[in-house]
Amino acid sequence: MRIDCKGLYYRKQNKMIRDFANDGETEFILDNANGQRYIGGGIEKKIKITVNGVPGNDLAMFMNGPTIIVNANAQDGVANTMNAGEVIVHGSAGDVLGYGMRGGKLYIKGNVGYRTGIHAKEYKKQVPVIIAGGIAGDFCGEYMAGGILVLLGLNRDEGTPIAGDYLGTGMHGGVIYLRGGVDESRIGAEVSVLEPDAKDMKLLKKYLAEFCGHFGFDLEEVMSEPFVKLLPVSSRPYGDLYAY
Amino acid sequence: MNSELPPEFIVKVDYDRCRRCRRCVMNCSFGCMTFKDRVVPEHRRCVACQRCVTYCPEYAITVSKNELAYKENENWSPEIRKNILKQAETGGMLLTGMGNPREYPILWDHLLIDACQVTNPSIDPLREPMELRTFLGRKPERLEFSMDEAGEIDLVTEIEPQVRLDVPVVFGAMSYGAVSLNVHRSLAMAASRSGTLMNTGEGGLHRELYPYSGNIIVQVASGRFGVHSEYLNTSAMVEIKIGQGAKPGIGGHLPGEKVGEDISKTRMIPVGTDALSPAPHHDIYSIEDLSQLIFAIKEATDYEKPVSVKISAVHNVAAIASGIVRAGADVVTIDGFRGGTGATPMVIRDNVGIPIELALAAVDERLREEGIRNNASILCAGGIRSSGDVAKAIALGADAAVIGTAALVALGCRICQKCYTGNCAWGIATQKPELVRRLNPQIGADRLTNLLAAWSLELKEILGSLGVNSIESLRGSRERLRGVGLDSQTLELLGVKPAGVGQ
Repeated sequence: MRIDCKGLYYRKQNKMIRDFANDGETEFILDNANGQRYIGGGIEKKIKITVNGVPGNDLAMFMNGPTIIVNANAQDGVANTMNAGEVIVHGSAGDVLGYGMRGGKLYIKGNVGYRTGIHAKEYKKQVPVIIAGGIAGDFCGEYMAGGILVLLGLNRDEGTPIAGDYLGTGMHGGVIYLRGGVDESRIGAEVSVLEPDAKDMKLLKKYLAEFCGHFGFDLEEVMSEPFVKLLPVSSRPYGDLYAY
Repeated sequence: MNSELPPEFIVKVDYDRCRRCRRCVMNCSFGCMTFKDRVVPEHRRCVACQRCVTYCPEYAITVSKNELAYKENENWSPEIRKNILKQAETGGMLLTGMGNPREYPILWDHLLIDACQVTNPSIDPLREPMELRTFLGRKPERLEFSMDEAGEIDLVTEIEPQVRLDVPVVFGAMSYGAVSLNVHRSLAMAASRSGTLMNTGEGGLHRELYPYSGNIIVQVASGRFGVHSEYLNTSAMVEIKIGQGAKPGIGGHLPGEKVGEDISKTRMIPVGTDALSPAPHHDIYSIEDLSQLIFAIKEATDYEKPVSVKISAVHNVAAIASGIVRAGADVVTIDGFRGGTGATPMVIRDNVGIPIELALAAVDERLREEGIRNNASILCAGGIRSSGDVAKAIALGADAAVIGTAALVALGCRICQKCYTGNCAWGIATQKPELVRRLNPQIGADRLTNLLAAWSLELKEILGSLGVNSIESLRGSRERLRGVGLDSQTLELLGVKPAGVGQ
């Protein structure tokens, strides 16, 4: 069903989505979205939501299953504490993406802001995947406890770093892949830079194929540059701070 | 480096009485008792948890302070010297457990409750109805009614979700991880029997406790462990944890060795990883951001549950609480500097925060002044030890009190403050199966239920002596309190007159 979101209060809009989803509706198209918060928030059903316009903060928060496609930029807090599902943003997105995200996929075509993937974590088969086509702000992957975070740095100006400072600081789980390498002065003390092995490349190829499929990038071209991977040095980075 | 720390305690075994049954050896989880040809204590390892003392069938064991381990000195107390030695040996932050044990004034013990004599008769709670029921949640500013043609009256005002408490005491947030599953089981069963709430803390909710959802506050903290929409909806109330009285402004580290299979499942992180909670929520940098999280939770729970925000009592607590209420919280939980923890740096526990009595009085006063007191209930936590404290807290303005340490003491805790070691001999702050099973959840639930039943009786006696018949009539009634031994500024801040002054 189509919902015209022009001037529609988020609470009413999200209630409509929840109510119709409970009645069996599986596909929603939100036209003229303009900053409405919490779209897809806490929804457990496998519905599909297409957002035409810019959604508000906390898109897909606590989400557990739906697919959300945003045909514009997204704001802060996308996929906050998300459990399962997929968010595809045909543009850039703001700060604190995938905070505490525990499963599902977050694909951003363009750039991402500060603290992307902070405290993302994984549990058994639930492994969150975050891929951004562009560059990231400071504290990317901070406190990361699990999951896969990929930065491609496509279409950036020469000399622009792929991520800001303190990349992976406090990281104690999961993996970050960076296309084209990284300036080691920018990474946090808790991670080390390694070369990806064949298993890594297979994994990357699988997710990048999906990513390129969504946004029309050429997979071979994306894969043509070498990648590096960041891994935490320890799963217990702060274990020796204390006197027992 | 060899430790030069003298033993803190001396364990004496009366060998005339000792039957050599070795029960003490089996019970000691700190490795203090060994058996050679007889029981030999290694004094250095004793933490005074009293497990061996309690379980010795002959009462042959006594634990005493190692008196002259440190020569007397008022300035350089044994504690201070011990800490310096320990840090000189390790180079680490001193870790500790439970609440602040230092000699700061306990204001509850300087407040006295009024009673009726002659002119306004007291009420006998044994024979007259006495109401302890309390509802937590946002209350409307006014009630509007409509009357139809037949004269039927209907409530028009929409009432926000409320949680009913049959006793104005709820169990505080203690995570599965910090405490054992048997503690959570005991708390959940007791909360359900007593008509009150337990709080999951930030470690998620074990599936086995889902049937108790009507008596559970689920917590959302900065680590977001085990937080998903089903978790949020398996609750009576959702709490956003910003701060904790024992460690205001800092995060938490559950060490990887405590993250076994079951904890890993509940927290939803791999076995053996440290469960690190960042100091702030990284999606909350302002009151507006807090509001955003409050409403994210309300959206995910379909506006059916009150949302609480828990903060520690800090200098500016009144203004912060006002912001929290304006951000949309239905309940504000304030945790004083005596509040407990499973692990915290000692320097934070012992030096940061303010007493709950002052914080509570300041928050209640501020919300009243601003005309928004009805918008949120106040839960008062951190150092509530008895029904007397509960009554005083309610008279100072709390809707209900929160107990953590008191509940653990009821379960067997001896406040040895070694929670962070994971060796709790009483099966409370541990994940070791052989220790966890020492706490029988059925008996634990009985003990907690008894405690609340006893406090209820006492609260009713207090209300009766005050000549009121419901806890509602005591709430915020500071006129029924008097201060003793308090300076005038403290009295003013508490909004309480000195003892000896009448109306």
